[in-house]
Amino acid sequence: MIMTRNPQPTPKVVLQVQNASIFYGSFRAVRDVTMDIYANEVTALIGPSGCGKSTLLRCFNRMNDLVPGARVEGKITYHGKDLYARDVDPVEVRRRIGMVFQKPNPFPKSIYDNVVFGARVNKYKGDFDELLETSLRQAALWDEVKDKLQESGLSLSGGQQQRLCIARAIATKPDVILMDEPCSALDPISTLKIEELIHELKQNYTIVIVTHNMQQATRVSDRTAFFNAEATEQGNRVGYLVEYDHTSVIFNNPKQKATMDYVSGRFG
Amino acid sequence: MAATSTPPESPEVAMIRVRRNLRYYLDQGFYYLTMAFALAIAITLVWIVIQIGLTAIPAITQFGLGFLTSTTWDPVQNIYGILPQIYGTLVSAIIALVVAVPLGLGIAIFLSEDFLPTYVTTPIAFAIELLAAIPSVVIGLWGIFILIPFLRPFYTFVHRYLGWIPLFGTEPRGNSLLTLGLVLAFMILPLITSISRQTLVSLPPYLRQGAMALGATRWETILRVLIPAGFSGIVGSIMLALGRAMGETMAAAMLVGNSNRINISLLEPGSTIASLIASQFGEAGRDQVAALLYAGLVLMILSLIVNILAEIIIKKFQNVER
Repeated sequence: MIMTRNPQPTPKVVLQVQNASIFYGSFRAVRDVTMDIYANEVTALIGPSGCGKSTLLRCFNRMNDLVPGARVEGKITYHGKDLYARDVDPVEVRRRIGMVFQKPNPFPKSIYDNVVFGARVNKYKGDFDELLETSLRQAALWDEVKDKLQESGLSLSGGQQQRLCIARAIATKPDVILMDEPCSALDPISTLKIEELIHELKQNYTIVIVTHNMQQATRVSDRTAFFNAEATEQGNRVGYLVEYDHTSVIFNNPKQKATMDYVSGRFG
Repeated sequence: MAATSTPPESPEVAMIRVRRNLRYYLDQGFYYLTMAFALAIAITLVWIVIQIGLTAIPAITQFGLGFLTSTTWDPVQNIYGILPQIYGTLVSAIIALVVAVPLGLGIAIFLSEDFLPTYVTTPIAFAIELLAAIPSVVIGLWGIFILIPFLRPFYTFVHRYLGWIPLFGTEPRGNSLLTLGLVLAFMILPLITSISRQTLVSLPPYLRQGAMALGATRWETILRVLIPAGFSGIVGSIMLALGRAMGETMAAAMLVGNSNRINISLLEPGSTIASLIASQFGEAGRDQVAALLYAGLVLMILSLIVNILAEIIIKKFQNVER
């Protein structure tokens, strides 16, 4: 799987997907995905709508548990520990693996309360003000909001709200941050800011990002996984992993024709 | 599409057709008709207030604000005051809220979360809303014949062991402010439950997901995010319920005991404004009717205050975009 084209020491595997299939009731949404996600890298999941990339993303922090009837077959491990083992508390998983959603979703609370929410529910013992400032600085939002921390998070612009949500995710001190199309509701300037931020965050966190924007994938990611969907005999569509490699390989020299067609816009 | 870029082929297509008179007048007529309906409601309300006020004038001029602080109700000498009724109205409504708010909110949370599949929760929610359809006179009868005998051992127990608290300091009778409060709780429960449940159900799902993704447990999500976000709707339901409890007439007249006294013990009979009016209006003389309508005016003003407070709170806490 690892290409010799970009010679560098193989980084540590954080999340490992082994033959995972994801079901909603009896409907199989994603089949037989196997991939490794490496520490301090940005991994992009791309593919057409309905190919299961968001579904897979939501399995990494067990957010799919909230969907009735959702289940995972195969194995998804986090630092070697099976995420779906009986003794794993999904609440604990989500504290380690944070998430940023497609639509900015600050709580209807003050900016301050939004950022320290995770710390409060995690019974964080340290200094809340310090945590607030470091989180907002890491999210490149501190200068814009430092004078109005008591104002509602909903008073911010869309791009600021999304950075607030990133700050909120950082403040729980996660290890991995999952981003589900974080820029799809934002204008190009806000998008650029978030992308710069992703570059910064990579130093400290492992990032998995779902995106529909292929330029974004080339700009922010180190590795890219291309997913596609195919019709099954029951008339449903099931998503599967086509190709996973360094981003430069996926976009310049993919091994699969489907990948080539998709990244060059000849998808159909 | 190519069609959008081609200009209209003929002048006929481009021309706007002249509106016919009939359509114009229908349109205007509909506008004024709906406006008349809307105004009729407002005018009716004002009219009711004016009429009650006019009929109550003899009592208002005679007793003034002293009506609110006097405890005498003497139809023989025509001296009236409604302090015991105001007290009874407020106390029974508060008892009702103390019982119904936690219960109703709990039911609302239970039914709005996915603890049970929807084919179980939907009938439960429906049954609770049906409670509101029971006529209050039926609830009153149920209170007299079933609830009071059922509660008697409980009252005796409370008096025996908690009698040192003045609230339970007297020998229990069947009809009392406590009985009325409990029945009112039963009557306002559907209101609190259904509105709070609607509020919680209609909260945007991304709030729950956002909280869960930050490592909040289900209870932390409910208590720290969902209830604060739905606060306006929940408070609104409580205020509406309070208004309903204060104005409830039939059950109050049947269960409160209609005794014109203020007693700190909840186990004693009392009286409410609505029960006073209902029980005395039939055989009241002219001066007494004026006093009763004055009492009615006081009740309306109390309800109005509650509703205004509700509006203010709902506006102040309405902070989630729906």
